[in-house]
Amino acid sequence: MQFDVQANAVLLTPTLSVQGVKKVYETRNGSVEAVRNLTFDLQQGEFACLVGPSGSGKTTLLKCIAGLLKPTEGLVVLDGNRVDGPPEKMAVVFQEYGRSLFPWMTVEENVRLPLKSHGLKKTERDERVHRALEAVDLHNVGRSYPWQLSGGMQQRVAIARAIVSEPAVMLMDEPFAAVDAQTRADLEDLMRQVWRDIGMTILFVTHDIDESVYLGQRVIMLSSSPTVVQDDIAIDLPIERDQLTTRSHPQFTDLRGHVYEQIQIAKRGQAAPEPDGQV
Amino acid sequence: MSFSNTGSVDGSRAATAVPGSRRGVSLSKWKSPRLRRVLRGTVGILGFLIVWQMVPLLGLADPQYLPPATDVIVVFVQKLTEPSFLIAVSQTMKAWVLGFGISVGSGVIIGLIIGSSTFLKRATHSTIEFLRPIPSVAMIPLAVLFFGIKLESELFLIFLAAFWPVLIQVMYGIADVDKVAEDTARSMQLGFVSRIRYLVWPTVLPYLLTGIRLAAAIALVMAITTELIIGTPGLGKSVVQAQANNQITLMFALILTSGVIGVAINGLTRVFEHQVLFWHHSVRAEIAA
Amino acid sequence: MKFLGKIGYTIGLPAVLLLGWWAYASIVPNFFVPPPGVVATAFLDVWVSERFLTDVLPSIARLLVGLGIAILLGSALGLTIGCVRWLRDVLEPVLEFIRAIPPTITIPVLLLLVGINDTMKITVIVLGSMWPVLLNTVEGVRAIDPVLSDTAQVYRIRGFARLWHLTVPSASPQIMAGVRQSLSLGLILMVISEMFAANEGLGFAIVQFQRTFAIPEMWSGIVLLGLIGIALSIVFQIVQTRVLAWYFGLREVSNAV
Repeated sequence: MQFDVQANAVLLTPTLSVQGVKKVYETRNGSVEAVRNLTFDLQQGEFACLVGPSGSGKTTLLKCIAGLLKPTEGLVVLDGNRVDGPPEKMAVVFQEYGRSLFPWMTVEENVRLPLKSHGLKKTERDERVHRALEAVDLHNVGRSYPWQLSGGMQQRVAIARAIVSEPAVMLMDEPFAAVDAQTRADLEDLMRQVWRDIGMTILFVTHDIDESVYLGQRVIMLSSSPTVVQDDIAIDLPIERDQLTTRSHPQFTDLRGHVYEQIQIAKRGQAAPEPDGQV
Repeated sequence: MSFSNTGSVDGSRAATAVPGSRRGVSLSKWKSPRLRRVLRGTVGILGFLIVWQMVPLLGLADPQYLPPATDVIVVFVQKLTEPSFLIAVSQTMKAWVLGFGISVGSGVIIGLIIGSSTFLKRATHSTIEFLRPIPSVAMIPLAVLFFGIKLESELFLIFLAAFWPVLIQVMYGIADVDKVAEDTARSMQLGFVSRIRYLVWPTVLPYLLTGIRLAAAIALVMAITTELIIGTPGLGKSVVQAQANNQITLMFALILTSGVIGVAINGLTRVFEHQVLFWHHSVRAEIAA
Repeated sequence: MKFLGKIGYTIGLPAVLLLGWWAYASIVPNFFVPPPGVVATAFLDVWVSERFLTDVLPSIARLLVGLGIAILLGSALGLTIGCVRWLRDVLEPVLEFIRAIPPTITIPVLLLLVGINDTMKITVIVLGSMWPVLLNTVEGVRAIDPVLSDTAQVYRIRGFARLWHLTVPSASPQIMAGVRQSLSLGLILMVISEMFAANEGLGFAIVQFQRTFAIPEMWSGIVLLGLIGIALSIVFQIVQTRVLAWYFGLREVSNAV
């Protein structure tokens, strides 16, 4: 186990450790093993992308890590502490931004929400909210309501809300899947900027292969259900990335091809539907 | 046991047989949320009856004024075999059916007429908003003067109360007709009848069903209330008579009866709603295809 | 010009109906249908007098107190029941049954239990108009968007903060729908309880007028009840527009899409 390496314990202790996570659902037609065994570690400050075919339990895994679901087996460890319910230093950005922002609160109030339980003084709270909104380039819509903004802006509010409490780990569940391509490109760049400025650990779930290679330092590929980690590659593209040059870089094409291949293998693994989960 | 390396996904499939999945089927059925709900609900009803039984028996309330559940149920069951009771129930139900029918019928017709004309909608808006909040029970003395202590009074009052929800719902429904579909229909030059059949009716139907559900409940309340105040024959009048004779247990049995009727009406309308909407969805799917 | 058109539509039909009423009463002298003018005079004579203090104010006071308690009780209980899953499952059938009982039929029993006094009338109003609020609140709590609920959980918003920032605002449109129903129900119960068993109050006065064949006075009482109903409706609309401003804004935006 990773924690045994004494000398470099501080360096090698992962920020987020997913160990043998398994999730089985009870349905009317019997048990469904959504996730069989997921094991991986994220180091401090890492930007890792999680890709997999649809139905590969990505959302289930994310919910287990976020403490919203209890895994049937296995555990999640954050900063050395076992995750047993939503942990303190973690923030989540959901895909459905329209439904995750509180419509009866203004943008400012929404972003201020995570700070409620922190016991900060009002001036400090306002300062943090202001900084968070500045970081996502939304400093003048504080008084508006989320539903008055465009989809891209709403997701930026959600990101601002996620970073306002300075989390150690940020989980993002296909956050840009529901916006148009141009907005998505802007948001991807914004995400890398925010990450470089703040330096938190990010686990970014997506089904978009190009996005995963463009954004991440590492891409973890999942099989289809019952899910296991199928592959795990490092993305050694330069730190400075941009939509035009990076994406036409030959190494980008190679990496992206590799990921694509793995996803196809994963999808084929699910070719014939089995009755009752028997082979 | 680590599967986190690459390696054929298929290899791991051999061990896929989810242990106990056969057992899992019957186990899941037992733990099914639906069954749990039904069990808990039954516990609730039993608990309610037990509390109702114990409170007067333990002296927490005067058993003369709050008879225990068993006494009331006994009287209720007795009454079920008495012709006078059955007649009273049928009189209430007769008024309910007729009043409900008149309200729904006129609500639909007038709603369709007003809803299809922008002019009429604007012209009648203020009047409708003005008349709607007027409590129909305010008209009870009026009904007595006009119709006397007869069925017509009851029908009049039921109509005054149950007409509005149907009207409003039908008008909402017509307003909700999809603009795009409407333009399409017009460009295809569908006749008036065809438009009603394929465009208006399917959209209005769910709204109408809601209105019917509301009207059914309101009609029952108004029927019994009228009998209570004016004395037209029916359950309401029976309650007044029981009160005059200080027959408290009988009064509670009559309240129980009205609850049973109310639940039956709610249940029937809900089933009816489901059935019609089911048919309605399949018909809509047909039309779309 | 457009403003005039709007006024035209608003008073058009009512004016026509009023005219029709006056014409009918003039042409066909019906003892039971006095002309509008006579009713108006009776209105002023009867209600703009000390009757206002002895009959109208007590009635309205009872109504408001009863509604207030009903709304508070209904929403408090509704929130509790809605938030505790097993409690909701247990109580649902019982509540469905109690709600199906026509509230007016309980008046004679309450009369015997409590007597002819304010307590009885307020109890009737509370017991009857509490249910729409309660049931709608339970429904509103049940229908909270799971994404919002997950969000609140993730950001560790629990207990009272969760209730105040998530549960109540999310359920408020449904709660308001329940409040609206309870307003009309409460008014009906106020009138009926006074018609059935009382020695003062609006309902009582109207019935008295009818029994003594004081027809224009009876009509004026009906008009007054109508005005009270309309006033309640207007107040409700104003409150609803303030409280649910965000909801209407949201709906407008999503409907425009």
